[in-house]
Amino acid sequence: MIEIKNLHKSYKIGKNELHVLKGINFSVESGEMVAIMGSSGSGKSTLLNIIGMLDILDSGTYTLDGVPIVELNETKAAKYRNRFLGFIFQSFNLISYKTALENVALPLYYQKISRKERESKSMHYLEKVGLSNWAAHLPNELSGGQKQRVAIARALAAEPKVLLADEPTGALDSKTSYEVMQLLQQINDEGKTILVVTHEEDIAKMCKRIVNLKDGVIINDEKINQKRAIDYV
Amino acid sequence: MLFRRDTWTEIFSSITKNKARTTITVIGVLWGIFIYITLSGAAKGLDNGFERQFKRVAMNSMFVWTQQTSVPYKGYKTGRSIQLKLKDISKLKQQVAEIQYIAPRNAKGVFGGESPIINRGLRHGNYNVYGDFPVVVKIATKDIYDGGRFINEADITESRKVCVIGERTQNELFLKKENPIGKFISIDKIFFQVVGVHKFQQGGGFEDDGDIYIPFTTFRKLYNAGDNVGWLAIAAYNNVDVMEVEKKVKNVLKEQHNIAPDDDRAIGSFNLGEIFNKVQGFSKGLTLLSMIVGIATILAGVIGIGNILLISVRERTKELGIRRALGATPGEVRGQIIIESVFLTLISGIFGIILGALVLAGVNEGTKDVTDFPYTNPTVPIPFILGALLIMIVMGTLIGLIPAQRAVSIKPIDALREE
Repeated sequence: MIEIKNLHKSYKIGKNELHVLKGINFSVESGEMVAIMGSSGSGKSTLLNIIGMLDILDSGTYTLDGVPIVELNETKAAKYRNRFLGFIFQSFNLISYKTALENVALPLYYQKISRKERESKSMHYLEKVGLSNWAAHLPNELSGGQKQRVAIARALAAEPKVLLADEPTGALDSKTSYEVMQLLQQINDEGKTILVVTHEEDIAKMCKRIVNLKDGVIINDEKINQKRAIDYV
Repeated sequence: MLFRRDTWTEIFSSITKNKARTTITVIGVLWGIFIYITLSGAAKGLDNGFERQFKRVAMNSMFVWTQQTSVPYKGYKTGRSIQLKLKDISKLKQQVAEIQYIAPRNAKGVFGGESPIINRGLRHGNYNVYGDFPVVVKIATKDIYDGGRFINEADITESRKVCVIGERTQNELFLKKENPIGKFISIDKIFFQVVGVHKFQQGGGFEDDGDIYIPFTTFRKLYNAGDNVGWLAIAAYNNVDVMEVEKKVKNVLKEQHNIAPDDDRAIGSFNLGEIFNKVQGFSKGLTLLSMIVGIATILAGVIGIGNILLISVRERTKELGIRRALGATPGEVRGQIIIESVFLTLISGIFGIILGALVLAGVNEGTKDVTDFPYTNPTVPIPFILGALLIMIVMGTLIGLIPAQRAVSIKPIDALREE
């Protein structure tokens, strides 16, 4: 599903060049649930951003579902993001003046799907995350866990190939975190590929594979026995 | 994109998000177009008003009278009074081909001297009396009320004792329901039959609503005027330069009366064409001024919209970042902000036009019965309005480009990081 070869990325900070990713070789099969771990500055978010086409790689190759991601301009990136990727952010990133349903429908809007279809699809995914009763509520009327579940529904709505979650539980307490992880596990069980960036050990252990980054290189990459979140809820 | 219902839903939800700010922004442009509409409407009203006032008198007409010489010539000393004579008329007709109509006029009571006493039974009053030829109406229109007429050629040849009286004269000398036509009034103790009543029109000049017109020939007998002429009313052909004709007429008269060619004081004249041109120039200037002021005010308003959108884009950095992460292309983001800008501009423009039109209609209603102020039918031509709308669309687009560019210049990843 994801194929990354010899990926380098550096940032210019003033006169100095900060080499963030120093030759990453990394691939993800369809249906995997991978945790990317590492301390801050290890390059894990940069890696996720490059996979999410929010950032451009300096050298190396990146292939997503057989499509080489090259010559990425903003318009092309936007279209790929819309079709291939679903984002889940630490700070939820819901649009505050739109209802839960409208937020879920947003990626479908950019897919130029008709209003009716958008609404029925969004409603379906809200039901999936157990928030169909909250469809007409604005984000500030929802709890943190509910917001993240709306965000997950939004990420799923476009039916992407890969879900990218950047510290999805970073702003939640542990009970809610486990609920969210349970939801992600359930989605993964249905076959969706999920990448989770986290620095929390217990969250990482709920994935099927842990990739450890340090100073821009992968120091450890192993498959683990997934801990089911349902046992902790 | 422009015709998708969803686009408009998005735009509507984003502009109604901050209602107070949107309203104030809208008022900025609304005010601009309002000023533009009312000012150019008012200028047009003034223009129409002037036109109405000048309509009564042939635009290419002039009045010529004599004064005292100021330059010695051919043995004559200065300070000699010049008297126009009837024979000057034929000379002028002969020598100045551009003259279409020429009407010698005499008057009693206008330029010095007492107005004659007019009697009818026990009622009496003082009114100015003019000795006129029928041709005078070709130069300055006289509306005669139904049932009456103006002086005609037969009146002149037979020196008939007939008169045309003014509205005020009628009101003061006759009873309300009395028909004055065919009745007799006495002018300086001579009886005249009333043949018409003229409707008074404010047209500037010295004439008023009490004036009485009698045949030139009758006037001459009545006041022993001989061949003397008080002044000349002249209308030139439409396609000639009245100023030129004025010069020619003066030269002929100077030659006739032995006046020095360089004597500017001996013959006085008043050129309506010149005055009309001045007034027209003035109202043209006013129209231009109102256009400039209006467009400048619209521009200020549109810049206000650009400014507000810039702030709004800044506030929405994160939201726009989210949208772009979810698949909004830069083109879509840019397009939405430009449409927002144009939409706000147009909406406020349309409201401004409506408001301006209402104010103009109100002013028109209020000044309908005012005849002494030149203001009629204030309108703004449709091309002006369409032009203003076009300008607003263009400026709205251009000004919208700035916040739109700003919105897409921020990378979605940076926008998302913003807290």
